[in-house]
Amino acid sequence: MAPIHPEIDLCHLLEQMQIIRAYEEAIVTGSAAGKFPGTCTSVGQEAAAVGVVNALSGDDLILTNHRSAGHLLARGADPGRLLAEVMGRSSGYCKGRSGSLHISVKELGVVLTSTIVGAELSLAPGVALAQNMLERAGIVVCFFGDGAACEGSFHESLNLAALWNLPILYVCENNQWQAFVHRREAMSRDHVADWAASYGIQARTVDGNDVTAVLAAAQAAAGQVRESRRPYLLETYTYRTRGHFEPDDQAYIDQAERQSWLNRDPIALCRDRLVADGCLSPGKQTEIADRVAQRIATAMTFAESSPFPAADELTRDVYA
Amino acid sequence: MPTLTLYDAVGAALTEEMRRNRSVLVFGEGIATKRHDLVEEFGALRVRNTPLAEGIIAGTAVGAAGSGLRPVIDLLFAPFLCYAMDELVNSAGKLRYMSGGQFSFPLVTLAMTGAGWGVGAQHNHNVEAWFVHSPGLKVVMPSNPADAKGLLKAAIRDDNPVLFFIDIGLLHQPGEVGNDELVLPLGKASIVREGGDVTLVSYGKTVHHCQQAAEMLASHGIAAEVIDLRSLKPLDEASILASVRKTGRLVVVHEANRLCGVGAEIAALVAEEAFAALKAPIVRLGGPDAPVAASYPLEQAFVPQPEAIAAAAERLCHRQAA
Repeated sequence: MAPIHPEIDLCHLLEQMQIIRAYEEAIVTGSAAGKFPGTCTSVGQEAAAVGVVNALSGDDLILTNHRSAGHLLARGADPGRLLAEVMGRSSGYCKGRSGSLHISVKELGVVLTSTIVGAELSLAPGVALAQNMLERAGIVVCFFGDGAACEGSFHESLNLAALWNLPILYVCENNQWQAFVHRREAMSRDHVADWAASYGIQARTVDGNDVTAVLAAAQAAAGQVRESRRPYLLETYTYRTRGHFEPDDQAYIDQAERQSWLNRDPIALCRDRLVADGCLSPGKQTEIADRVAQRIATAMTFAESSPFPAADELTRDVYA
Repeated sequence: MPTLTLYDAVGAALTEEMRRNRSVLVFGEGIATKRHDLVEEFGALRVRNTPLAEGIIAGTAVGAAGSGLRPVIDLLFAPFLCYAMDELVNSAGKLRYMSGGQFSFPLVTLAMTGAGWGVGAQHNHNVEAWFVHSPGLKVVMPSNPADAKGLLKAAIRDDNPVLFFIDIGLLHQPGEVGNDELVLPLGKASIVREGGDVTLVSYGKTVHHCQQAAEMLASHGIAAEVIDLRSLKPLDEASILASVRKTGRLVVVHEANRLCGVGAEIAALVAEEAFAALKAPIVRLGGPDAPVAASYPLEQAFVPQPEAIAAAAERLCHRQAA
């Protein structure tokens, strides 16, 4: 395995994962209480997001999808402005027009978020084309799921990216679920990475619940895209432990399969490794937990005290 | 003044705008093959052929537009836009608003439609009203080469996504086109003939049918005013209303299916805003609620012809007299 970049502190990655978990759990709780709309969480997939995002440079661009909290928070988005967006407040990153499902944060390089499954794949080649033609160094990272990989746009996107030599790191978060349908019912292969070879694109599957493995694989993949200015596909093999959309009773799932993945919870895996390596004392664990709880509490207060958009916002920003 | 076909007027607009702004690029189905002069002048990076995959062509254009380029894409025939609906409607039309104004999408989509080549309903389907009904998009359909050039130049300079429909029947019709840098603003209709008795509103090839109808009406002593909308969104409501307030009679004519077509919106607009000025009911003439046949007589029968337009207008005028 490639060594992790020396500047990256594994405790920092753990804290990011905990923030993502706490943020999404706050939404689950809040929406269950009827305080704001439900959302599509990425609970169980935190390592896949944190590992990849921490492998990127500040000038790289990210396209994400409806399950975006991990990407946004790992990139440095303010949980307060994210929660405000989820709650439809004007202080949200998209002025309350996006809700949880389509949050873009241009200032962080998280661009053109669409909730249409597969749309991120259709948009990515154009973003990468602009990077090339405007001679910008950053690569384009496109996050999508196994569901999107079964859309035509996946295949059209890979074909064009290979044909036009576009610097795209495709990251398939294979979380085993396509909305309410298990991947096995909808996909002819087990791994999305298998499809990349038909387009002459290199690919690799990595354990998406192991943050260090994801980080190392993503560093290598991003480095290769940066060097070659050619696409690469990284598949993070993981599991969506909550439902498609909150609330969801998950009556349709195989509990044994879910339990087997819960036993490999990415946060617990990371924490146990740090403890075993002597890098995470009980005191430090408490310190991280307190800091995470405080950040989410502050974010919730900010969001709840933010105003709703004024009525005249209804038709603003339709046209440039 | 030089004479160009509408096809060449489109080429002239592309050339001028690509010279003017380095961020303009064109790609699509065979555009580098058909417009090789553009490749020669601007190079293969800015003029590209693509796979025959409308979804990824449009998606790539939306992604590029949202990232600082000004793409023009050629999707060939309007019914092929069905493969590009998500990219054009859900992404190009909505992501500016949904992102709180973080992105804009300066992008032009070219597509041909209409009767003339006997290509049948999967190549000839006037779908422009779909896009008028989709927020965030602009829709243009010129009736002559000079307008095509001026409108396309404006569309390329516009910071919003523009659907630019080209009437197949007009593609190789010559017309006078100035050499100057004429840029026609989107949303401004053209009064192509003035008259005080009845207003004929149209766009695309049926503008010419309205002009022929106006000639027929003139020989019967009826003065028809003919309005070429040029742009369907934004719609020049002021010009339509001003004309109807003058004439008191309105015939809306288009090749697209009448049901929920652009004419329905114009009729509703006039009924809401200028009802008191109306001396007779509004008439809409459009295609039937049917796919277009390839057979030439059936294809022509789909399109409102000058005789039918003149007859409808004349009935309105006599109705008032009686």
